[in-house]
Amino acid sequence: MTAVLSVNHISKSFKEYSSEYQRILSWFGLQFKPIKQHAILKNINFSLLPGEAVGIVGQNGAGKSTLLKIITGTLQPSQGQVQSRGRVGAILELGMGFHPDLTGRQNAYHSAGLMGFTQAQIDDVIDELEAFAEIGDYFDQPVRCYSSGMQMRVAFAVVTAYRPDILIVDEALSVGDAYFQHKSISRIREFQALGTTLLLVSHDRGAIQAICERAILLEQGSVIKDGPPEQVMDFYNALIAEKENSTVTQEVNYDGKVATASGTNEATVDSIGLYNSNGEKVDFVGVGDAVELRITVKVHQDIVSLVLGYGIKDRLGQVIYGTNTWHTKQVIETPVVGSSYEFILAFPANFGAGSYSIQTALVDRDTHLTKNYEWRDLALLFNVINVDKTHFAGSSWHEPRIRVSQL
Amino acid sequence: MKRVLLPLWAYRYFIVSSIKTEFRSRFARSKLGGLWMVLHPLALVLIYALILSQIMTAKLPAVSTQYAYPVYILSGMVGWTLFSEILSRSLNVFITNGNLLKKVVFPKLSLPIIVIGSALINFTLLFLTMFAVFAVLGHHPLQALYALPLLILITIGLAAGIGLFFGVLNVFIRDIGQVMTIVLQFWFWLTPIVYMAAIVPTQYHWLLMLNPMTGVTMGYQQVLLYGKVPDLALLLYPCVFALVALALAMLVFKKANEEMADVL
Repeated sequence: MTAVLSVNHISKSFKEYSSEYQRILSWFGLQFKPIKQHAILKNINFSLLPGEAVGIVGQNGAGKSTLLKIITGTLQPSQGQVQSRGRVGAILELGMGFHPDLTGRQNAYHSAGLMGFTQAQIDDVIDELEAFAEIGDYFDQPVRCYSSGMQMRVAFAVVTAYRPDILIVDEALSVGDAYFQHKSISRIREFQALGTTLLLVSHDRGAIQAICERAILLEQGSVIKDGPPEQVMDFYNALIAEKENSTVTQEVNYDGKVATASGTNEATVDSIGLYNSNGEKVDFVGVGDAVELRITVKVHQDIVSLVLGYGIKDRLGQVIYGTNTWHTKQVIETPVVGSSYEFILAFPANFGAGSYSIQTALVDRDTHLTKNYEWRDLALLFNVINVDKTHFAGSSWHEPRIRVSQL
Repeated sequence: MKRVLLPLWAYRYFIVSSIKTEFRSRFARSKLGGLWMVLHPLALVLIYALILSQIMTAKLPAVSTQYAYPVYILSGMVGWTLFSEILSRSLNVFITNGNLLKKVVFPKLSLPIIVIGSALINFTLLFLTMFAVFAVLGHHPLQALYALPLLILITIGLAAGIGLFFGVLNVFIRDIGQVMTIVLQFWFWLTPIVYMAAIVPTQYHWLLMLNPMTGVTMGYQQVLLYGKVPDLALLLYPCVFALVALALAMLVFKKANEEMADVL
């Protein structure tokens, strides 16, 4: 398949001249050196296939919005080029160009016009658009009477009234109520099934992992990771906790998944294992079995306090349960340097059948953002199988007692 | 040329819709609504017609009404209003729509077209009310009205050319917008609108003729006061000026196009 969008060697720097007159003269061939060039993007390369859904993640100021603007076409790259086939639809800001005194309907016409559609084309979709927004009679009221959620509904309905070949979404999905969020996501999925390529910027790990099959991590204007969302998000998560002397490593473990470890290494997980009720180390456990997670931690340097946190993640990388010894009030104050501590976490494996992973965190208090001694994703993998329980769907086991009686 | 015009044609609905939106939102929450579109120009016309006709009753040669002076002023004012509205709005059109330009891809030149469109509507309303007031005063300058579109075209060309040239530069050097507002005030008084060109001492006449709006304004006065076809020789210079200004405006626009969104 040929790429529907290819981004080739894109760099962007904002030029600053000692005087704006120099900038203007430089258009006409006079040579002036800009006194400063802020490099926002450095040699970005990637290409997207039809129907592919790709998430772009990165910290504030990493260059995500600039990249989207260049792909959309409102900013020109300093170097390189963007090639795209088909219509690009962009949701860089919902409700762009809405006039508060106009009704939702009038604004819908006006913004669709801003997207380059003619009156006849808008007439064709206006009923469907109104139905999708689901704001009832408000559609014919001035937008100034709208709640921000209603305004967002109309705006989203307008932008997605026509299926674009490439849809660019910047943080737009996080607004609106849960119902409309689901509705927007399913519309985006629908588009994707029909061949629309999706480029999504979000800080919401859940949204990226739910929609995208690929993620690109931007850091200081460069692509530093491009791969499966779970792996990229783990790396990103480790990156935001990165402090001085800290390292991030990723290694491929036995079943092809990539394990990410990061931190300052004052304390590390020495061993981790899952044990059944007979004290045997296991990879497979049955639904509802009593199990123990045994973790030994070695303290290498002087630290004030030690907290162990862990999370159990499902196949998609979503945490289904997690806590730490800060919350359980079992903080180890001034742990002895050179010694090891064992943590035994006993719990019933009340999970649905499937594969799960465990992440561990060694920190000083309730989050990994202050001190991060070690953060380890995919520290352990295990599978849950349904041996003797009633067949059920989902990732957690809540066996019901069902009473049926005729009335 | 084709590359500039085709996208604009594709965006014709947006252009029309923006002009409509502008008027709609201007009058959206007022009781009288669209009536204000007529009341504003009417007030302007009445001030000139009634007050000035009482204060300044000086007669103009070859005009036999006591309202000669107000008619003279209004004839010049109507053209100047069109000129100054387009010019001053073109100066800021990219800045006020900065956020839109940064976030949405659409032909940038549709913005000045929207400005011209809405200025033309204002002009038409002002012109019609003025004409109605003329009729009440017993003045019916119908003979040379067919020459008016040419004058309007030259006015738009001048205003858009100068306005866009400085409007593009204004994005980068914001002082230009401030300077031009002051220049526009002086410009008004350097144009024979409230006074007649004849009263200017002959040694300064060249200065008056350097101003491209002089010929155009005199054209409006010819058509609306004397009912005569304007002197084409007087319009030649403004015409050339307008074309050069438009060409320069397009040139800087083309050069600035890439960097404009960077600094908005």
